[in-house]
Parts: sequence; C-alpha cells; structure tokens
Amino acid sequence: MELTGAEIVVRCLQEEGVEFVFGYPGGAVLNIYDEVFKQDTFKHVLVRHEQAAVHAADGYARASGRVGVALVTSGPGATNAVTGIATAYMDSIPVVILSGQVPTPAIGLDAFQEVDTVGITRPCVKHNFLVKDVGQLAETIKKAFYIAASGRPGPVLVDIPKDVTQYRAEFSYPKSISMRSYNPVIKGHPGQIKKAIQLLLEAKRPMVYAGGGVILSDAAPQLTELVRMLGSPCTNTLMGLGGFPATDPLSVGMPGMHGTYEANMAMQHCDVLLAIGARFDDRVIGNPAHFFQEQRQIIHIDIDPASIAKRVKVDVPIVGHVREVLDEMIRLLKASKEQPDQAALKTWWTQIELWRSRDCLKYDRRSEIIKPQFVLEKMYEITRGDAFVTSDVGQHQMWAAQFYKFDRPRRWVNSGGLGTMGFGLPAAMGVQFAHPGATVACVTGEGSIQMCIQELATCKQFNLPLKIVLLNNRYLGMVRQWQEFFYGNRYSESYVDALPDFVKLAESYGHVGMRIEQPGDVEGALQEAFAMKDRLVFMNFLTDQTENVYPMVPGGKGLSEMILV
Amino acid sequence: MENEAGALSRVAGLFSARGYNIESLTVAPTEDETLSRMTIVTRGSEEVIEQIIKQLNKLVDVVKVVDLNDGLHIERELMLVKVKAAGKDREEAKRLADIFRGRIIDVTDKTYTIELTGPGSKLDAFLQALDRSAILETVRTGASGVGRGDRVLKL
Repeated sequence: MELTGAEIVVRCLQEEGVEFVFGYPGGAVLNIYDEVFKQDTFKHVLVRHEQAAVHAADGYARASGRVGVALVTSGPGATNAVTGIATAYMDSIPVVILSGQVPTPAIGLDAFQEVDTVGITRPCVKHNFLVKDVGQLAETIKKAFYIAASGRPGPVLVDIPKDVTQYRAEFSYPKSISMRSYNPVIKGHPGQIKKAIQLLLEAKRPMVYAGGGVILSDAAPQLTELVRMLGSPCTNTLMGLGGFPATDPLSVGMPGMHGTYEANMAMQHCDVLLAIGARFDDRVIGNPAHFFQEQRQIIHIDIDPASIAKRVKVDVPIVGHVREVLDEMIRLLKASKEQPDQAALKTWWTQIELWRSRDCLKYDRRSEIIKPQFVLEKMYEITRGDAFVTSDVGQHQMWAAQFYKFDRPRRWVNSGGLGTMGFGLPAAMGVQFAHPGATVACVTGEGSIQMCIQELATCKQFNLPLKIVLLNNRYLGMVRQWQEFFYGNRYSESYVDALPDFVKLAESYGHVGMRIEQPGDVEGALQEAFAMKDRLVFMNFLTDQTENVYPMVPGGKGLSEMILV
Repeated sequence: MENEAGALSRVAGLFSARGYNIESLTVAPTEDETLSRMTIVTRGSEEVIEQIIKQLNKLVDVVKVVDLNDGLHIERELMLVKVKAAGKDREEAKRLADIFRGRIIDVTDKTYTIELTGPGSKLDAFLQALDRSAILETVRTGASGVGRGDRVLKL
C-alpha cells in the first residue's frame, strides 16, 4: 500500500519499537505531526526547546540502552538541536534525530526557516542523510537506527524536506540492513587477546582502566568478573562509572583531573594497564609526556580503531565489541593453568592502600556552611545508592561523580565529552521516561540549571517526579576555582548575580520548592524530598561559596602532580 | 567511497576539523557508477597517517582506504598552462612543451595553452623551466594514483 512520507516516518518508528519521541513541532514537520496525532503506539513528549529534545532522547538512551529519538523542525529547530547532537556525539550515545527541511524545490533559495542542516551537523554526527526521494525514506530511517546503535554508537540525523512527507511511496520496512561501507568489527583478534592475557598474568602491578565503552556495550558483569579474577585495582572514568561496583574494595574510584589520588597514582605506576572502552583523553591522563615517564605495557580494547593509538602508544591493540572481547578473555583466563602473581599483587595493594589512606576526598565536616560534598554523601545514603543521577557540568558534576558510589551501570548520566551545561534536567526527563518508577535525581548548579530551566514545564505536563538537587554557591564554581588557582583570584564574570527565587520559580511551574541554608537541615530536606514520590522537588541548597574540587591535576601536568587538600 | 551527495564534503570536513593537511584531492565516479574513487595527497608522521586512514575508514560513506605508499604505485596529474606566445616566446614555448612531452591544445596569435601530464614533480619542473613572466594561467587537477602491476584496489 502506498503511504505518504509522513505516514512512513511514523510507521518506521513503530517498526523500530520506539516508545518515546522527544520533539517540538514547526512548519516543516507539520505533516509528520499530523500523523503523530493519529497514532498511539509511541508517546510524543513536547519539550520546551529543541536542545532539550535531544538531551532527553540522549538521557533516555543512556539509561535504557535503546536508541533515543528526537523530532525537530527545520531552521532554528535544527540549529537549537545542534548542542544536543554534539553532546551525544562526544559521548557516543545512540540517538536518531529527525529534522524537517524546507520543500526540495526551495532548498538553496534561502527559504523561510531554511538552514543546511546536513552541513551544519556533519562534524557532530556519526552520519546524516538528506532524503530527497520518498521511495528512499523507509530504508534511510532503517539505516539511521542501525548506524546509531551499532559499532561505536552515535547520533544520526535524517533531514526530511516537507514535500517528501507529502509524496507517496510503497511502504516496506527492511528487516535488516547491510552496507558495504559500514561493517563494525565485533570479535577481537584471538592472537591479540591471548597476548593480553599473557601480559596480565605476568603483571606485577596490573591496573584496569574502564571507560564509557563498558557501559555502552553492556559489559559491566564481564568487567566485574574479569577484575575480580585478576585481583587488580579498577578505575572507572567519568563516563564509565557504574561499570564496576564503586563499593567493591578493588575499585579505586575515578581517574583524571578530579580523580582520586589512588586511581591516578595507580594509573601512573602500574606495569600493565588494561584500557577498556576508554580513550586516554586529556582530562584522564593529563600530560601524555609525563604519563610516559613511567614504563608500562598498555592493552587497549575499543570498538573504534581510531580511538586506539590516538593519544598514546599501545602495545596490544584489540579492536572489538568490549563485551565480546571480555567474554573471550574470561574464557581464556578460566582455561589457563597460570594464575595472577599473588605475592606481587599483595605488594601492589599495600602500596595502593597507602595511597588510599591519603583520604583525598576529605572535606571539612564541621563547617557551619553547607558543604556540597556533604549534600551528595547524604543523598547517596538516603537513596541507598539506588537512584539514577544526572548532572550538569562543573564542580557539582565532579562532586557527584566522586561522592555518589555507583554500583550499577546506566545509573550515572552526564555530559562527559562536550561538557554541556543545561544537559542535566532534560536528560533526567529522558531517564524518568525510561524508568517510570525509579528515583531520578538531577544534581546541578545555579549556572547550569538556568540553561534549560524551561523544561520544568515539560516535567509538569508529564508529571515527572524528578528530584533537583541544586548546589547553589552563587558562582560558576569551576570557572571560579580556575580563576582562584591560575588567574590570581580575578573572578571575571563568574559570579552569578540576580538569581531567581528558585522556590517560587519551582512553585510557579507547579512543583515543590525548598531552600536549605543550614547543614543541620540537609538530611531532613533530602528525606522529605525523596519521600515525595509523585512530585518534582526542587531543592536549593545554599552551599559554601569557596569550596573547591580536590584532588586536581592542573592542565598540562602529570597524574602524579595532583593538588591535594 | 559511495557516490553520494555530500561524501566529498565529509572527507574535506574531516581533514579541516582534525587539522590534517591536504595537498591535493581528486574525485570522480568509477566504472561502477555507485562508487567514486578519490586520491588524496597528504603529509604527516607515521602516526598521523595512521590516524588519517582510521578516521577516513570511520566515515560511513567510505568503502575502502589504501595507502598507495605501502607498495609501488603510479601517480599522474594533469596541468593546463596558458603561456605568452608572441614573438620570440612563441618558439621557446613550443620547444619546452615538446621537451616535456606536452601538447599544445589551444592556439591564438599571442598565446598557447599547453596540456601536460605526469607526476607532480614533472609538472613543477615544467613550470620552473618556463619563464615566470610568460605564464598567464595555470590549472592543475591534483594527483590520481593507482598501484603498480597486479596490485588492484577491489571491493
């Protein structure tokens, strides 16, 4: 049967089993919205800004492991979506973005609400398409979902001119797709995997460094089993938190710029480093020259060959799907007659415990002003470590990563690569849609929350009982911290003046607002807020204005050159 | 690579976004009209070249990447040069074109347009041999390359 392009779009989404479409209507997508109106297999979530549509689809994808879907109109709809798309791209999140475009005859004529969406988004998508022929629409959407979710995941945009949504074509949705130019490697090279096992068994000071690839490939159980078999310390990056249980004694916390002393020292001084789905980025290893002052063998598992040997030389590269490779490694380890060197491990752990005893995350617990770390510690206790936590970007993000101990994957949702302020609230909406009954907290700052504050309306419309934990220090805290450390205390434009009354603001959107000024009130407020299962509660904690994130590896410095408290 | 709209800009965008240098880039459809073949001339350390190849392979439209320097290869570039050809320059231009096995493909009473094919270095040498003030216009295609002997880039 022949269907219109708009009908085809909706049918494709149904075929993909899409549950939620996050979007915002406009001229170029009116035909699609008319078909959205006529169906009830998926729910459309009306956001209040297109950036939030993509962040919400992204949060949904991160928390559920499924592909998130956003629908925006042409021109400003598409450009507003770009920040969301770039955010998903940097963190390799599978999202399909459908954008409207002006009718094909108008393309290139500077039509109303026309931009070159495919051109603008090209550097920040895994792939994108402009569909000029309605006959190609279904297959293109199929390809978009396939490309977004397979290999190293990422956002894929499909730009659909308005006339294409009117034209008719025979509808058939391909069951599967194969592309000669796109064939991600799944299995790791057996010889390389053997070599890796040999190295790990011979290691005196092994170290596992696991990133977001473990989460994306759903390999947390495999990682946990492998680390326990090796008896080695494990550090999880900002993107990899929850890939290995943070409460396990083998966990040494997060590495990098605001990582723990023990994680960074172990990264620097290990003799065999097993990097899994991580990319040695500048925020993790600091200065690469300093990193290589110490000798170590590096094994690197990643599905993206371009991630391997990009910033550091690697001794044993293994290209493959993290879960498949880890399964194979576990199988080989179990079959091996050799065992990890227990005596060497004992010495190594003695050293690590010594580093750990520095207690690098300590802070003033007797402070009469609310310490942000204290709020997060209490939030961890009250939610029993079982909440989904999203964050914005800045000091609060680092404290959340340091103080909320994630034992399970897909519980921690943050913009690690792009560092997008404004991500937290819309992402939390996506998480709540993915897990309707779960506790979802958004840890934020007064700078970040104002970048997508309009989504409080979306939360009201869809009754999303998010818990917003605002650590309000009246500063762009991370900027202020750098200005204190590196710019002679010249706090250029980092003070956030003329803040709204967040309690009234929350109430005006129909939510519950709280203002907490005393350390003694923190626990009670959190308890009360998290007990309100059916309301969004906006907690405005007035925190210490001068608190800094420690430890800190300053830019250009090495991992063992941390500033400690 | 797939002969798709936008494929070229994906490659060009990759080079500029990642700060790789492009000396030349040529592209045209092949005998299989669904495929285009591109020859890129670039420069960089071994690590940079490795990254360029990996990043190119990552582009969804790119079907296969080979480094022609991995084996023997032939490369050719086409150049059209319009030179002054009046008075005594006329004879000299003709002579130089002959020496370099160029062909004069357009003639007026004041100019010759010379077509020359060869590796980039030969084209450079021809331009050097010409009197600089005699050159009116130069247009070059950039190199196209192919492996020597039985070496074939096939899918």
